[in-house]
Amino acid sequence: MSYIEINDVDLQYGRQSGAGNGTGTLALENANLSIGQNEFIAVVGPSGCGKSTLLKLISGLVKPTRGAVRVGGEPVRRPLKNVGMAFQNSTLLPWRNVRDNVLLPLEIVEPYRSQPRSKAAIKRKRADELLATVGLADFGDRMPWQLSGGMQQRAQLCRALIHEPSILLLDEPFGALDAFTREELWAVLQNLWMTRKCTVVLVTHELREAVYLCDTVYVVSPRPGRVIASSQVPFPRPRTLDMTYQAEFVDLVHACRHHIRPGGAA
Amino acid sequence: MNKATVETLAPWVTTLLLLIIWQLGVMIFHIENFVLPTPIEAIQQIWANRYPLLQHGLATLITTLVGFAIAVVFGLLLGILVGSFRLAYVSLYPVLIGFNSVPKAALVPVLVIWFGVGTVPAVIAAFLLSFFPVVVNVATGFATIEPELVDVLRVLGATRRDMIVKIGIPRSLPYFFASLKIAITLSFVGSVIAEIVAGNNGIGNVMLIASSNFNVPLVFAALLVVGVMGVGMYAIFAALETRFTAWSVRGSGLEYPTGG
Repeated sequence: MSYIEINDVDLQYGRQSGAGNGTGTLALENANLSIGQNEFIAVVGPSGCGKSTLLKLISGLVKPTRGAVRVGGEPVRRPLKNVGMAFQNSTLLPWRNVRDNVLLPLEIVEPYRSQPRSKAAIKRKRADELLATVGLADFGDRMPWQLSGGMQQRAQLCRALIHEPSILLLDEPFGALDAFTREELWAVLQNLWMTRKCTVVLVTHELREAVYLCDTVYVVSPRPGRVIASSQVPFPRPRTLDMTYQAEFVDLVHACRHHIRPGGAA
Repeated sequence: MNKATVETLAPWVTTLLLLIIWQLGVMIFHIENFVLPTPIEAIQQIWANRYPLLQHGLATLITTLVGFAIAVVFGLLLGILVGSFRLAYVSLYPVLIGFNSVPKAALVPVLVIWFGVGTVPAVIAAFLLSFFPVVVNVATGFATIEPELVDVLRVLGATRRDMIVKIGIPRSLPYFFASLKIAITLSFVGSVIAEIVAGNNGIGNVMLIASSNFNVPLVFAALLVVGVMGVGMYAIFAALETRFTAWSVRGSGLEYPTGG
């Protein structure tokens, strides 16, 4: 029983607008994915293989040229309304402090949006608690530029989760961080997901990250992107950093790597 | 003397130096004062005509500020429109550029035909000269919103109004305040030109009468008054800018501990 379903989807950029004389860029071809409710999956592949496009398709930000995207059984026709998103570069609002940044979704998403002002204190408390779970307990009053890159990404994860979305879409959220900070944040993200279940789609090109965090890893081919392999990750949770050095883990990473190697898809 | 003191004194020193060069230049080359008076003569004229200059200066200031205020409101609204709707951008931008290329001074006689001699053409000229930078800057603030941020908000179900209120306006505030500093000085240009061409009041009118009497020192006295008013208004808007957009000035934040 799958929650997000992508069936035979093609996506061609630059076709609808009529720009250019060709047929546009084919970003995805014949993509098929099926993601269970509260499953944590990763999409890995080389740069420019349409991984980010996949996220836009799921959230309804772009429409497929061919095929269908379904979420919860319903076809996606317009942008979904209750999705959490986080990106590689921090998209925190520089004029708001960290707490007010985290609270942004509650100003937009119903039912929080229409709640009376008297609930503001409860929301603040909720934001502070969430910040505390990612290790930013005393940073609510700081401005984003006063935080390190890793801390900004922690805050961004909080903003993506404060409204308890059913879907969390992550586009290389740790891509710009150094290796140690990145590994710290894997644990933070795993912890967040285990305490507040939701369906997560993580786009990354870091295979260890994908295997550490996910239930299923999908490998996408170079453009035009198509799903060429998938692997179930059997390791129990919570996973630890030590596990990433064990033979079974390394073998699985290696197997995924094999698909990405030029010619490895055959 | 520390760095802050130097920075406070620097503009005064530069101004003083320029006045000295001007004074010496006129003296050395024996320039007649109906061609170019010395700054001392101009300042003497300011003192001698202090009451009329004050009265007309205030008239020009009010004219300028009314035109400027209209320009700010109009520029802000048009900037938001152009910045947040692709179709508005495509259809209005060329028109705006074309309009801004027209020398507004040439329009003043037309304004006089429409509205008669007096304050109204000056207000309109002040408005016409100053709204453009506001539009362009506000539109730029809107147009440079990170696409990822727009995605984050769209998948939360944000309406276009949400985008404008929560992201667009706060994000374009630094651009907006920067444009105010340019716009206020342009407003003075507009109102004074209109007063010269078709005023019966204001500093521009003082200049017109003074130059027809060959009282060139008084013309320069009036110019100095306009310059001082321009600097004063600029300073006010620069102060407002620092007050409202402190977040965008990262430099001052470097002294804060980042907490690692």
